[in-house]
Amino acid sequence: MALRRDWVYENNGGTCVAIAGTDYCVIAADTRLSVGYSIYTRDYSKICKLADKCVMASSGFQGDLKALQKNLAARHLMYQHQHNKQMRCPAMAQLLSNTLYYKRFFPYYTFNILGGLDSDGKGCVYTYDAVGSYERVGYSAQGTGAGLIIPVLDNQLKSPSPLLLPAKDAVTPLSETEAVDLVKDVFASATERDIYTGDKVEIVIVNASGIRQELMELRKD
Amino acid sequence: MFRNQYDTDVTTWSPAGRLFQVEYAMEAVKQGAAAVGLRSTSHVVLATVNKAASDLSSHQRKVFKIDDHIGVAIAGLTADGRVLSRYLRNECINHSFVYESPLPVSRLVVRLADKAQVCTQRSWKRPYGVGLLVAGLDETGAHLYYNCPSGNYFEYQAFAIGSRSQAAKTYMERRFEAFNNYSRDELIKDAIFAIRETLQGEKLTSSICTVAIVGIGEPFHMIDQKIIQEVIDSVEIKEDAAAAADQAPAQDDDKSSEAAPMDI
Repeated sequence: MALRRDWVYENNGGTCVAIAGTDYCVIAADTRLSVGYSIYTRDYSKICKLADKCVMASSGFQGDLKALQKNLAARHLMYQHQHNKQMRCPAMAQLLSNTLYYKRFFPYYTFNILGGLDSDGKGCVYTYDAVGSYERVGYSAQGTGAGLIIPVLDNQLKSPSPLLLPAKDAVTPLSETEAVDLVKDVFASATERDIYTGDKVEIVIVNASGIRQELMELRKD
Repeated sequence: MFRNQYDTDVTTWSPAGRLFQVEYAMEAVKQGAAAVGLRSTSHVVLATVNKAASDLSSHQRKVFKIDDHIGVAIAGLTADGRVLSRYLRNECINHSFVYESPLPVSRLVVRLADKAQVCTQRSWKRPYGVGLLVAGLDETGAHLYYNCPSGNYFEYQAFAIGSRSQAAKTYMERRFEAFNNYSRDELIKDAIFAIRETLQGEKLTSSICTVAIVGIGEPFHMIDQKIIQEVIDSVEIKEDAAAAADQAPAQDDDKSSEAAPMDI
């Protein structure tokens, strides 16, 4: 086999989850950065606050994530200069989609979730693929542990099924504390089986009073 | 300045070695509504007069935030000022993106000056008709610069541009040596006073001026109109009291004392 020397990406592993509620949004990601079977650091944040009520979490290649976050932050600053206000979540969602598609033929290797409050103060979660295809959903997970987490969320969130037609708003009726507890449980479970998920989980909760953060320890093996 | 045969093109020198178009552009700055800037070691204050085109319209924005650590006040063609502000904002954002640190003020004014210089050396362009007072804070401290349409820039302790700015400059010339040690509030008060000098008798209210400040631990922002009005009120109360005290021994007409306390 010829040695491929043009592979410029790397998968740093990790998992992200976001859940939208009636007046809050929970976005969480683990803090482990890995390459292959090694751990580079146990303390790397995959979450970025883009605007007042808009937070992004991504797994995948963290180098591309850093560049993507800086890009969006610069664009947001320009928006604030022009419009004298912060970008709202649906606007940021479209901007992220366009930014990703802009590099359709040399993509950002990032699997993103955007979470926050929409203009009505309701929780919203947008989930993306690497080239910008996105959808507003009630909850989502991305990354190496996503396959272990989504079925549990489908079962536990008491939301209408996202697969129904006509599409029903899948925002969860759970309370904020219940959603945060569920996120903690779900990460603990994913940590057991996924080698790339663990160390700590950073949980960010966006609600009407602002943004707050919680950190929970996970298994380090 | 009279029309002459060397002033049609910006790329034509006069026999005396002057570029008249550039000088005419600086005249445009002198016609604009006044703007003043003052600097201490830790803060820089900008203040402008809000001139509205008519009673029916709103006034034009003359103070722009460029970045958390830099702001500008303009005088002259406000459209040119707006466009230059957009350029300055982009420069700051690009620098932050690449170097993860705020653009030093001196670098920003050089880029602005170089951009202005280009317009003095192209036959298909005209000089920018706006003067900018650039107020900023960086690692080397607080700075106030003036960029003029000619492409020159100077650093100042305090400066005023626009119409009737000489009155403000005279006011500040008497006091500028103390500015470095001024507190934040004293600096704001003097900026408002300097603006009042340019009003030449018009009543000073918070709606007629915009004041902005940047300083250590304080990102660039406009000061709330209420606070400006409080400063104006507190000063006028003191002056009216002083005027009344002065006028009490002299029994003749004191009806002018409240209208123009500065005349005492």
